[in-house]
Amino acid sequence: MGGFLLTLALTSILIFALTNVIPGDVARRILGREASQEQVNAKRIELGLDRSILVQYRSWLGGFLRGDWGTSYTKGEPVRELVLSHLGRSLELGLIAFAVVVPVSLGLGLVAGLRNGTRTDRVITVLGLCGTATPEFVSGVLLLILFSVRLNWLPSSARDEYGLKGLVLPVICLVIVCVGYISRMVRASVVATLERPFVRTARLKGITTSALVRRHVLRNSLVVPVTALGVQLRYLIGGLITVELLFNYAGIGSLLLGAAQEKDLPTLQAATMVTGVVIMLTFVLTDAVYAWLDPRVRVGETR
Amino acid sequence: MIGTRSAADPSRRRVTLVIAVTILALWVASALFGGVLAPFSPSAQLPRLKFADPSAHHLFGTDGFGRDVFSRVIAGARPVLTIAPLAVLLATVTGTVLGLLTGYFGGLTDGVAMKILQSIAILPPLFPAVLAVALLGRSTTVLVVVLGFAFMPIITWTVRSATLVEREKQFVEAARLRGESTAYILGREILPNIAGSIVVESTVRLADAVFSIATLAFIGLGAAPGSPDWGAQVADNRVNLQFAWWTVLFPAVAVASLVISVSLLADVIRERRSA
Repeated sequence: MGGFLLTLALTSILIFALTNVIPGDVARRILGREASQEQVNAKRIELGLDRSILVQYRSWLGGFLRGDWGTSYTKGEPVRELVLSHLGRSLELGLIAFAVVVPVSLGLGLVAGLRNGTRTDRVITVLGLCGTATPEFVSGVLLLILFSVRLNWLPSSARDEYGLKGLVLPVICLVIVCVGYISRMVRASVVATLERPFVRTARLKGITTSALVRRHVLRNSLVVPVTALGVQLRYLIGGLITVELLFNYAGIGSLLLGAAQEKDLPTLQAATMVTGVVIMLTFVLTDAVYAWLDPRVRVGETR
Repeated sequence: MIGTRSAADPSRRRVTLVIAVTILALWVASALFGGVLAPFSPSAQLPRLKFADPSAHHLFGTDGFGRDVFSRVIAGARPVLTIAPLAVLLATVTGTVLGLLTGYFGGLTDGVAMKILQSIAILPPLFPAVLAVALLGRSTTVLVVVLGFAFMPIITWTVRSATLVEREKQFVEAARLRGESTAYILGREILPNIAGSIVVESTVRLADAVFSIATLAFIGLGAAPGSPDWGAQVADNRVNLQFAWWTVLFPAVAVASLVISVSLLADVIRERRSA
């Protein structure tokens, strides 16, 4: 945990530094061209921009830890509510994607691993690689052309009035990017398991193929999607920016993008920082799930 | 049936390699000689030919300004194939130097450097890019620098772990006992032995860089306003999707084909090395 906190502290410095290199006067930008110099100066003092950078960082971090994330420059709303509500919506989208990715990549990885070296294996591997290499906006517009424009089956937007139906295409976009990598990890684990001595012993005992897969191979490969997704999460969240923009979904990605374009610093800092925290928490969580699913890790830790 | 047969058939892998290299070569040619290859200027407007269907004259049709989509797709290869290799070059050079030093020396500097890199790498690579481009302005330099630094940690890790293995080898020990300088040991003894891993990692990052640049262009944070980036073409024509799908489809397929060909290439190189 200590290591995680240190990393987060460094991340906060990075975010603060990145958001403080903007050329130009933030106060002037908020007030517009017509404002007098006195008004601008007053605004600077109000925002605390006249203080040294170190003091500003300390008060920002202190505020962040206390839950006081400031007020959005452009929307005039408290940043905390803004960020948390958008984050909730993104987590919803992400969790649905997760629920689809795990079984799909387990299945594909298992089939590819069991048929190691065959045409099926090759097709799954190459298609998976192609999926991982296709940016979300590309698969997104291709899906839109097919299912929304040509066939008219699904709505082209994920706005609330379309309900779950609107989430189908955005979720598929996120799944396509993740499945290739994770099924590849599952495949590698299956191949490695099949080469272990206990598999040969089981075979010599005359175990059926399905029992071998169920009892030995599947159990050993079950943890792989969970830990692999922990690694992939950065990309999944990065992909949210495009998917949310493409399908008009008001999540953390579109909030971040809007804040960046409008140079709304408090929202930008809080949204990025919260994303870092979420990713960190997921690392901790996947470690815990890993230990729960694999007793060997648990024993190793308590010793 | 379950089998532990040897890895994929090399002839099938060769087919993948040929396809990947051909696609990549086409895009590199477009980037280098786009002006000669394209039938029209990417910015030439034909007001009477707005949203023309794909035809023999306009292979990929025309867009809302009557611009030839085929010519614009060809022109889109240059910005991305300039920025991506430069960003990866920056990441590879800084990452290799940092990885060699931290891996070879270890100790406190190594610990501190790893923590700092981890804090950069915790965020999706796209996030610092969005922040930097939105705040510093859209330019090729900003994109190269920010993507270079976003990919640097991963290359550092690869080089560092390879260096950790190499530094224990006897020829390194021998060089140390001969009294060779650290620069010699790192550059002449260790670097040539880990060059293969660096090439693989850089090729993977190249695919990643193309992916990120196209995505940034799509969300409106590309190299420069008005530049014929594929991502920007998709974004600009999104509203026309209902009646002019060709304005979106072709630049989108162009992005995918480039990233996929580089990824496949990286994959083949990796398999060749492990075989």
